[in-house]
Parts: sequence; structure tokens; C-alpha cells
Amino acid sequence: MNPVNYLYLAALLFTIGAAGVLIRRNAIVVFMCVELMLNACNLAFVAFSRMHGNLDGQIIAFFTMVVAAAEVVVGLAIIVSLFRSRHSASVDDASLMKL
Amino acid sequence: MENLIALLIAAPLLGAGLLLCGGRRLDRVGHLLGTVLAAASFVIGVVLFADMLGKGGEERALHQHLFSWVPVEGFQADIAFQLDQLSMTFVLLITGVGTLIHIYSIGYMEHDERRRRFFGYLNLFLAAMLLLVLADNYLLLYFGWEGVGLASYLLIGFWQHKPSAATAAKKAFLVNRVGDMGLSIAIMLMFTTFGTFAFGPVLESTGEASDGTITGIGLMLLLAACGKSAQVPLQSWLGDAMEGPTPVSALIHAATMVTAGVYLITRSGAIFNASPDAQLVVVVVGAVTLLFGAIVGCAKDDIKKALAGSTMSQIGYMILAAGLGPIGYVFAIMHLVTHGFFKAGLFLGAGSVMHGMNDEVDMRKYGGLRKYMPVTFVTFGLGYLAIIGFPGLSGFWSKDKIIEAAFAKGGTEGWILGAVTLLGAALTAYYMTRVMLMTFFGEKRWQPDAEGNEPHPHESPKSMTIPMIVLAFGSVFAGGLFSLNESFVKWLEPVTAFEHGHPPISAGAVTASTVVVLLIGVGAAYLQYGRKPVPVIAPRGSLLTRAARRDLLQDDFNHVVLVRGGEHLTRSLVYVDHTLVDGVVNGTAASFGGLSGRLRKLQNGYARSYAVSMFGGTAVLIAATLLMRAV
Repeated sequence: MNPVNYLYLAALLFTIGAAGVLIRRNAIVVFMCVELMLNACNLAFVAFSRMHGNLDGQIIAFFTMVVAAAEVVVGLAIIVSLFRSRHSASVDDASLMKL
Repeated sequence: MENLIALLIAAPLLGAGLLLCGGRRLDRVGHLLGTVLAAASFVIGVVLFADMLGKGGEERALHQHLFSWVPVEGFQADIAFQLDQLSMTFVLLITGVGTLIHIYSIGYMEHDERRRRFFGYLNLFLAAMLLLVLADNYLLLYFGWEGVGLASYLLIGFWQHKPSAATAAKKAFLVNRVGDMGLSIAIMLMFTTFGTFAFGPVLESTGEASDGTITGIGLMLLLAACGKSAQVPLQSWLGDAMEGPTPVSALIHAATMVTAGVYLITRSGAIFNASPDAQLVVVVVGAVTLLFGAIVGCAKDDIKKALAGSTMSQIGYMILAAGLGPIGYVFAIMHLVTHGFFKAGLFLGAGSVMHGMNDEVDMRKYGGLRKYMPVTFVTFGLGYLAIIGFPGLSGFWSKDKIIEAAFAKGGTEGWILGAVTLLGAALTAYYMTRVMLMTFFGEKRWQPDAEGNEPHPHESPKSMTIPMIVLAFGSVFAGGLFSLNESFVKWLEPVTAFEHGHPPISAGAVTASTVVVLLIGVGAAYLQYGRKPVPVIAPRGSLLTRAARRDLLQDDFNHVVLVRGGEHLTRSLVYVDHTLVDGVVNGTAASFGGLSGRLRKLQNGYARSYAVSMFGGTAVLIAATLLMRAV
């Protein structure tokens, strides 16, 4: 199968993720969309690794996963405490950081 | 021998350091320590003097290089001293009269709880003045010059609990600063013109500079001299400086401070010789001041202020003589030394009178004191005879020579200057006779003060009378000794150069007219204050008298021209600052403020809108990169 198809898929997934981040209000969904974008990147990396015949892209994909795991821990913790204090997981409600 | 020069300064400097930093534990011995160190400096001076006398005229100058102060490529400032006949004269005067004043102060300041500090300041004064006259370059001289200014400030304002004393100290300091500016500009000019400010190279190469530069340096030096020596137009501080304790007045007026200007002009003689214009200004300043001071001295009822006017006038004589060039330098210094003796004696006498009269300074409340204070009367009287130029006494020898030199200036100028100096001599005789008659003769005029304390005039203690007696000896004999065989002229000639002046009238005629104007002055004062009783309340007096009581309106002039003028200038500058400068600055600030007020709306706190800008930015960047690739 042509590896370029994987890149199309990765671009599609990234776009879906980005659109989700921009459009959705629910923090959990926004969060999942971020993960989707990360995984789209991973897919692209792996596809490039295959196309170029070296392992660099695969190694970076592992790094991305580790970072994503750490991010999930922190991000979920923030969302949970936000929900506890406001009884809402809407990102638009948390808009106090402004002048 | 030359290694002793630094010790001259070190002794009083050590005293100042110990007394000012030593704290209370030195309270009991502080005054003795200060006096001993001043005397030590005098002894070193005498040793150096004796050594100097043993050498020929041209080889007498000693040099001591202590260390490089500011060693920079192209700019060499050294702590180095030069002791020649001129410096030696000053060293002996400063340390000699200074030591006597120290001894006097032991008695005079006995009841002052800050006596230790007072002696520390006196020592500091001596050290600064010695540094001034011993420096071998203008920069070090400037250091001493400023030190003298500082010490005078501290001493004039010594009784700082009196607002008048604090103000007088400030005034002296500020007026002196104007003169100091002159000196610093002169030094800068010297450095840019000659590339150095050591005495030797500068004074030897005056011919290399253009006339304009030399005149500029000369005028700036004169401005400096005017400040320190209280000459018109910077004379206003001198009268108020009487707020300090009387020994300070004696020190400022006789041995230190006011003599610095005369020293500066004499030391820089080569510069003035090269510039007749600057010399003319010096002479005019001297002549104006000598009349100004004398007129002020005639009207003052405060004994110290009358003497202050007299100092101004006598320094005017010296500046005038110094402005005459080589025919006058020697006599300027000679008058300076004899004046040092009699003026110190007069001030110490005035202090002794005040000491016995509960610090009363108004001469209208004295009268008949000769019976109560015989020693003060005799010493003051001898100082009086010396200052008016009574034939045979010190002042006669030196002042007569200056009058002669003034006539010898030649031409119309010579006649005018001669007339002015003669008029000054008459006024001197008048105001000093007035002081003498009002203080020591006539009926007693003192009354109990508001609390009913009647003064009980009494003779001062030994520590005060002995210095007065020594100074009286100087007042009587110094002038004659200097004139004997022209010894003083020969002594100073290698340094200042000397030419015999040739007055258009014979020297005998000058002397005779001096004596005549002296008698006229004394006679006029006797008619006014000796024959008739002196009124206790000052009469209204003529317009001139009233003006002279207000120091010939010097403060009013300064107030109107400088203070008001300065205020108007600052007000208009403030206006420009508020409207123009602040307008630009505030306008810029306001426009940026408005802009940022609009820009901050972008910070709306919505995470998603930030994300949009991030995505948008990234998209733009990628698009730009691709576009660049494509092109």
C-alpha cells in the first residue's frame, strides 16, 4: 500500500482534531482533540520513517507518546479541579485570565 | 630637608583627624592636642626657614614629590609640594598666627562644650591652607582651596543652633562656590592650553598662549580670588561670616582664607604680567573694594563688622598692589603679613572685649573700657596705630609702599589709583579711630540687659592676652624689620620678581601726604566721636550712612539681580518644561496608552480564541514558507 495514503489520513485526523479544539466547548472533548492531533503527528512521523527507510520518525513518535502521557496527567488534573470548583467543564467559562 | 614639607601639613591634619574622630575621650585634652600640633607645624616651618636662610636666593626653593595622584596618559596630577620664599612667608604666617589663635581659643572657648570639635576644625583649616600654599600645581592648590572653603563653612556655622550662623555659613560657602568655579575653569583652560597645570611649566610658557587665552585664565583666577578674598562683586559673605566665634574671624581675616586670593594672584604673577587687560581688571577690583570696605567699615556699629569692612578694604589694597605687576607683588605680600599681625590682634582684642561684655558687639554700648581692660586696650591700640599707618609701625611701611607703587603705575591711571589709595588711607584712619573711641574712650554706655544682668567688664585670662601681646609686637615691629635694608624685597624677589616703581612725585611727598590724610581721618573721627558723647541709639544718618549700614546695599543688589532674576529664569524654564518638554513626553505616553488600551481587547481570556490565533499564525507561517519556496 502506498505510504502517502497514511499521510493523507494523518492530515485528515489533524484537521479534525484542530477543528475540534477550536469549535468544541467541553474541556474533555477539546482535550481528546488535542490527543487526536498528537496521534495524527505520530502517524505522520511513522509514515515518514517508513518512506525514508530510517528509524528517526519512530523514535520521535515514542517521545511524543511520553509527552502526551505526561500532558494527560496534568491536563486531566486541571480539568477535574476546574469541574469541582465550577461544576462545569466548559472552556469558555474559564475566561478570567484577561485584562 | 624637603621631606619635612609634608610634615607641615601632616601635623594639623593629624590633629583634625584625631579630634574629629576621637570622640568624647579626647574632650579633656583636645584643645591642648590641637594647639600643640599647630605649634609643631610652626616649629617645622621655622626649621625650614632657618635652613632656607642658609642658602643663596635662587637655590632656596624645595620640592617634595609625595606620590602620583592621578597617573593617566597625558594627564599627570601629583601630590607634590613646593616650598619657596613666597610659600615660606605664608607658612610662617599661617602657622605662627594660627598657633596664637589656637592658644587664644583655649581661653575664649573654655565654656563651650564642643571645644574639642572647634579645635579639630581649626586644625583642619590650617592643614587646608597649608596645602593651598605648598602645592606645586594648580590642581592640588584647588584641593587646598576647597578644603579652606569647607573648614570656613564649618567654623562660621560653628554655633549652628543660631539660625543666623547657619545661614551665614551657607552664604559664605555658596558665594565661595562662584569663585571656585572660576578657579576650576582657569585650571581647565590651563590644561587645554599648556597640557599641564604644574606651576613651573605653566608660568614659564605663558608666552606661548594667545592673548585672549591668557586674559581668560587671568580673569578666571581673579574671579576665584574675589570669592576667597571677599572682593567686589563676591564680597557679601565676609560681613555675615562674623557670626562665627571671634577666633575664627581672626583666623579667616588674618592668617588664612582671605589671603588665599592674594596668594593666588601673586603666585600666578607670570600670567597677569602677560595680560595687561587682566591686570587692569585686578587693579580696578582692588581699588573699588578698598573704598567699598572702608565705607562699610565707617558705618557699622557692630565692632566685628566694622573690622570686617576694614579687612575687605585692606585686602583691596593687596589685590590692587598685586595687580600693579612686579612693582607691587612684594608689597602686596608684605602688607598681607603685617595685616596678618595687626588684624589678628584687632580681632582677638575685639573678642576679648566681647568676652568681658557678655558677648555684646554693639560699640554704642561700650565706652570707656580702657580702665577695665588695660592689656586689651594697649594691644588693640597698637594694632590700631599699625592699621592706620602711624609712622614707624608695621602698617605704615607696607601701606606707604603700596600707595607709592599705585602712583608709580604711571599716567592718569597712576594718579587715580594713588588718589584712591590715599582716600582709603584717610577712611581707614577714620573708621579705626571711630572703633577705638567708641570702645575704649568716653563714658560707659552699657546698661543692664532685659534680665537685669549688667556686664562687668574685666580683663581676659592669660591664655587670651598673651597671644594679643605677641601680635601687638608683630604689629609694631614687623613692618620696620621688613623694610630694614629692603630685606623683604630681597627675600621675595627671586620668586615674584621686583622692579622699582618711579612715582611721578617723590617718595617723600607720598609719605607726607599719607601722614596728612591719616591726620585728617583721625581728626574727623575725633571731632565726631571724641568731642561729643556717642549716642546709644544710632542716629538716622545720611543716605550714604544708611546705605553703608546695609553693606552698601550689596545684599539688596544680590537679591534683586541674582535671586529675583534667578527666580524669573527658573519660573520661565519651568513653564517651558511643563508645556513643551512635558507636552512631548506626556503626549507620547498618552498615545501609547490609548493604543495599548485598544490592543488589550485581544486578551479576552477565551482559550479557544487564543488557539485560533495560534493556528492562524502557524497557517500564515507555513503559507509564507511555501510561497517563498515556490518563488
